[in-house]
Amino acid sequence: MINFSYTIWILIIPIFMFLLLGLLGMKFKPIISGVLGTIGLGVVMLLSYYAAYQYFFQLPRIDDAYQQILAHNITWLNLSASLQIKMGVFIDPISVMMLVVVSTVSFMVHLYSIGYMKGEKGFQRFFAFLSLFTFSMLGLVVATNIFQMYIFWELVGVSSFLLIGFYYERPSAVAASKKAFIVTRFADLGFLVGILLLSYYTKSFDFLNITGPVGIEVTRNLTQTFLGMSVATWALLLIFMGGAGKSAMFPLHIWLPDAMEGPTPVSALIHAATMVVAGVFLVARLFPLYSFAAPDALTVIAYVGGFTSLFAAVIACTQFDIKRVLAFSTLSQIGYMMLALGVSGYGGEKGLGYMASMFHLFTHAMFKALLFLGAGSIIHAVHSNYMNEMGGLRKYLPITHLTFLIACLTIAGLFPLSGFWSKDEILAAAYEHNKLLFMVEYLVAGLTAFYMFRLYFRVFWNKEPHYHHKPHESPLVMTIPLMFLAIASIFAGFLPFSKMITSDRLPFESETNLMVAIPSVAIGLVGILIAFLLYKKDNVRVEKIVKGLGGVYTTIYNKFYIDEVYMFVTKKIIFNLISRPVAWFDRHVVDGFMNGIAGVTVLTSRKIKGAQSGQLQHYAFFFVLGAIAFALIFIYLWQ
Amino acid sequence: MERYGIPLEGFLVISTAMFFIGIYGFLVRKNLITMLMSIELILNSVNINFVAFNSYLFPENMQGNFFALIVVAIAAAEASVAIALIINIYRRFSNIEVENIDEMKY
Amino acid sequence: MNILALFIIIPILTIIGILCTKDHVGTRLVSAIGMGLQLITSIVLIFMFYAERNAGNHADMLFMVDYMWFQSLNIHYLVGVDGISVAMIALTSVVSFAGVFASWEVKDLPREFFISLIVLATGVFGFFISLDLFTMFLFYEVAVIPMYLLIGLWGSGPKEYSAMKLTLMLMGGSALLLVGLFGIYFNSAPNGGQLTFNIMEISKITIPMEAQRFFFPFTFIGFGILGALFPFHTWSPDGHASAPTAVSMLHAGVLMKLGGYGCFRVAMFLMPGAAHELAWIFIILTAISVVYGAFGAIWQKDLKYINAYSSVSHCGLVLFALLMMNETAMDGAIIQMISHGLMTALFFALIGMIYGRTHTRMINEMGGLMKVMPFLAVCYVIAGLASLGLPGLSGFVAEMTIFVGAFQHPDTFHRVVTILACSSIVVTAVYILRVVGVLLFGPIRNEEFNSLTDAKWFEKVSTITLIASVAFIGIVPIWLSDLIRMSLKPILDQLSSF
Repeated sequence: MINFSYTIWILIIPIFMFLLLGLLGMKFKPIISGVLGTIGLGVVMLLSYYAAYQYFFQLPRIDDAYQQILAHNITWLNLSASLQIKMGVFIDPISVMMLVVVSTVSFMVHLYSIGYMKGEKGFQRFFAFLSLFTFSMLGLVVATNIFQMYIFWELVGVSSFLLIGFYYERPSAVAASKKAFIVTRFADLGFLVGILLLSYYTKSFDFLNITGPVGIEVTRNLTQTFLGMSVATWALLLIFMGGAGKSAMFPLHIWLPDAMEGPTPVSALIHAATMVVAGVFLVARLFPLYSFAAPDALTVIAYVGGFTSLFAAVIACTQFDIKRVLAFSTLSQIGYMMLALGVSGYGGEKGLGYMASMFHLFTHAMFKALLFLGAGSIIHAVHSNYMNEMGGLRKYLPITHLTFLIACLTIAGLFPLSGFWSKDEILAAAYEHNKLLFMVEYLVAGLTAFYMFRLYFRVFWNKEPHYHHKPHESPLVMTIPLMFLAIASIFAGFLPFSKMITSDRLPFESETNLMVAIPSVAIGLVGILIAFLLYKKDNVRVEKIVKGLGGVYTTIYNKFYIDEVYMFVTKKIIFNLISRPVAWFDRHVVDGFMNGIAGVTVLTSRKIKGAQSGQLQHYAFFFVLGAIAFALIFIYLWQ
Repeated sequence: MERYGIPLEGFLVISTAMFFIGIYGFLVRKNLITMLMSIELILNSVNINFVAFNSYLFPENMQGNFFALIVVAIAAAEASVAIALIINIYRRFSNIEVENIDEMKY
Repeated sequence: MNILALFIIIPILTIIGILCTKDHVGTRLVSAIGMGLQLITSIVLIFMFYAERNAGNHADMLFMVDYMWFQSLNIHYLVGVDGISVAMIALTSVVSFAGVFASWEVKDLPREFFISLIVLATGVFGFFISLDLFTMFLFYEVAVIPMYLLIGLWGSGPKEYSAMKLTLMLMGGSALLLVGLFGIYFNSAPNGGQLTFNIMEISKITIPMEAQRFFFPFTFIGFGILGALFPFHTWSPDGHASAPTAVSMLHAGVLMKLGGYGCFRVAMFLMPGAAHELAWIFIILTAISVVYGAFGAIWQKDLKYINAYSSVSHCGLVLFALLMMNETAMDGAIIQMISHGLMTALFFALIGMIYGRTHTRMINEMGGLMKVMPFLAVCYVIAGLASLGLPGLSGFVAEMTIFVGAFQHPDTFHRVVTILACSSIVVTAVYILRVVGVLLFGPIRNEEFNSLTDAKWFEKVSTITLIASVAFIGIVPIWLSDLIRMSLKPILDQLSSF
């Protein structure tokens, strides 16, 4: 029996680094804290790799299925005799895969940040936050129960808040961090209620129980319905709401583009490769429940994912801020993953979508981190986010250029890069279940190729603007991660995912469906070609098209005005129509009532105080009257 | 029952008249000295009652007379205190109108 | 000697000590030593309590002492603690310790200030250890009265108005409470015999149902006013806004908890039948408190008002959870009391320190404080995160326990109010982040703020004590939760007998 108890160090090292750098960071030289954080993460990465190696290759399988192992599980809080919140490390295929993804990307980002953040104020703070984030994310993926997941889910949200708002003197960064936190928090409310509902019926938080036969049995047999849907569907939809918030699915996507206000390595780590896929991970984690107890919820997920991928891809074609283009691209790709989960069945070949989703999660993490880090390198060189201020950079940034090209080709899904394999599986899964979504995804594949190469040609080719100083290639500490991730992007596709990460943990054979694959590559090539024609050289065609589209273009450019709708709801409705009246009501009605009581008292006292006039003769007069009254009473009434 | 040729009612009429004259004086006169005099009237009306009842109803006892004497003594003491007060009030307010002395209110 | 007596004796000795000092240096030193001793004693008490329990003493109340105090009415000085009281005592000592350090630099009449403060703390300690309704009420009044002086003399803004309002509303509560307590007293021997104020004895008999129905609202509202129950909460914003720092800390941190504690120790424990019957009314009121307080806080501009409304919301959650009347929710309610006590004290301490530097509490007049006072700003962020329920800090533990507990009721009414209460966590996030964003982040708006200094050592002592407690509960909640849980049984038995 292989002992996985060392995996606890995967969590301990980052939190220790956070405390060390957070409390004592200011005592260190910046570079030392950066190196310390990076070394810590390096150790975590090696441990994760070792765990993955042991898990997939050394651990004996039971009935051919990968085991689910509770490496640690301690009681953190007793809620009632039967319900406990536990903390531990849960090892199964997807958690091991996520460990590898998170630690790899995080390590690369740490390393990259040493170069990128050099000379920034708060360098130590940055690394402390990065460690905190990594800790939270790792805790999330190894959660043994849904409540532990929720706990780390919230921690992830806070670290994201802290990192987006890293440049806290910049109002836009502060606003973005606030927005990100509140939107995800709102989604988490759904998650929380979902957990409460689910755990009420299953009497447990543990994944082993609720996604095991017992939990499925209980949730399937729930007869209670609310508004025509079973309680199980409600619970799982609410949980998905949490996932949709973190994964920025429509209509909770609005925070992600703004989150690009954070430093670029943060965008690469959190808003591309790790945190935003937490929602996908959540659905995957509860997949047996979704699949058996609430297939309706899965359908919803599929459509939400499909719609988001199209919606975001369309917007991405119009944006000029390179990080925002990448952000919308991320939305679109996560939409893919959600869609794949949504169309998946459970077990064996039917679970193709599940496998494809995890596969895409993995490859996407690599190439999207690469894209963001590449974008960071570009921004580092030209000190601007806007592609209008770039052009012809291939001469100045050879390594960045090459790695960025690889990433673009990967995301466009060209054979034999990793994006091809994972996207192909998703398309195959969609093809079998839902033709409409399948066609949508084809379209999105073309759009993806188009907007990525629009970005690529616009930045690296096209007309060279006037640079204030000659752009220069980034230092080695930044380009090494680029190269590593480029290699990973190329080769990750050859991993036998269908043998390792499947819905029922049993391996199956997946074949490339040529009927699906060839058109998808062709569509990608068409997208690239259009981008080439429009953006390779500076020309007027783009302007013409934009003019031709008119209002449609403006609408897309403004992201379909969804932000404005939200602003209206929050500013006008919540602030002005709820909060302000509440405050007014409290001041004037509730408090007014209390002051009114006091006022009545004062008024009464003012009325009756006239009797106490200070005039001796008045008193005497009343005294005499009283005496006479008493006399009369005694004489006539006293019997 | 008649002694000294005057019926008891005669004394009572006098004393009642004196009592209400005193009350009236106390309530309407503004001058503190006059008010003090009104109080003396009230006290003395009571004294008349005491003495009259004593000699008409219980001639063998002397309590009524003694009580009247005590009242006279008390009245003397009271008058001296009152006049001292009035002098002080005069020093402070430069007059002895009762309406001006209304500091102690609400 | 009984350890509980120390909680009365140490403050008295401290007061005598303060009277003997000559200058403000001595005064605050003596106060700090006194409150430090108190803190140590309460930690010792926790260990003694655990030792006693582990030794197999399963009496409901430990360390009981009983002196006859007033024979003809059968009033006793009767003290004793269970896990809940122990936890509340620990909270009180932490907050009063931090409070002394937060008011280190009181300028006017420091001696009188500290004496009043310690009298207040004594009242609270006495309240938590009392098991006799009359002595409990007595200590309650001891705690409320110094409030008037503290706010009226050392407060800011419309302090006379606020002090008057606060005292009168709390006295109104006391009046209701007194009716309730006498109601219990005169029904404490339904079968004849000696009437009693002894809580433990009254809990053994059943008060006639008609009497319960009549007196339960009196008692519950009487304590509820102190616990900021809607619509009797309006003393809280004004009172807190005018009170000096340490008083806000003690008041929001501890005194408001007297309300919650009294609600379950007296109202619900002694009148379980009426508690069941009338719970729905109060559940609605508390659910309103929770949401209403949170929305009220969004619109405020004064830091103290924001925090006061936030307290209304959080304290509403305490009563809300108590009324759910099951183990998990009540456990959560008490953790929430402690958690809220600590973090709101932290908030008020920080607000006081910020106000002491900027001389304004209006958030729109400040900005970018992170740059000039990083220590205080970071503490404020931590307090904010605790308030909005970040895991790893105490607020999360309390809220989650409450929500899980409240969700054990499967009927639609409870579900709806629970979800309503849950939604407050989002609104809380909105107002906390708004404050943090405007106050601490962004550029510095007022040039004069560039020269402000960061926290001094005594301020650091105060905030670090509180933050450490908040984090400790948040990271290892199980000891606190279990401490409370083992004492909830008699109350739950009592409640479930109906």
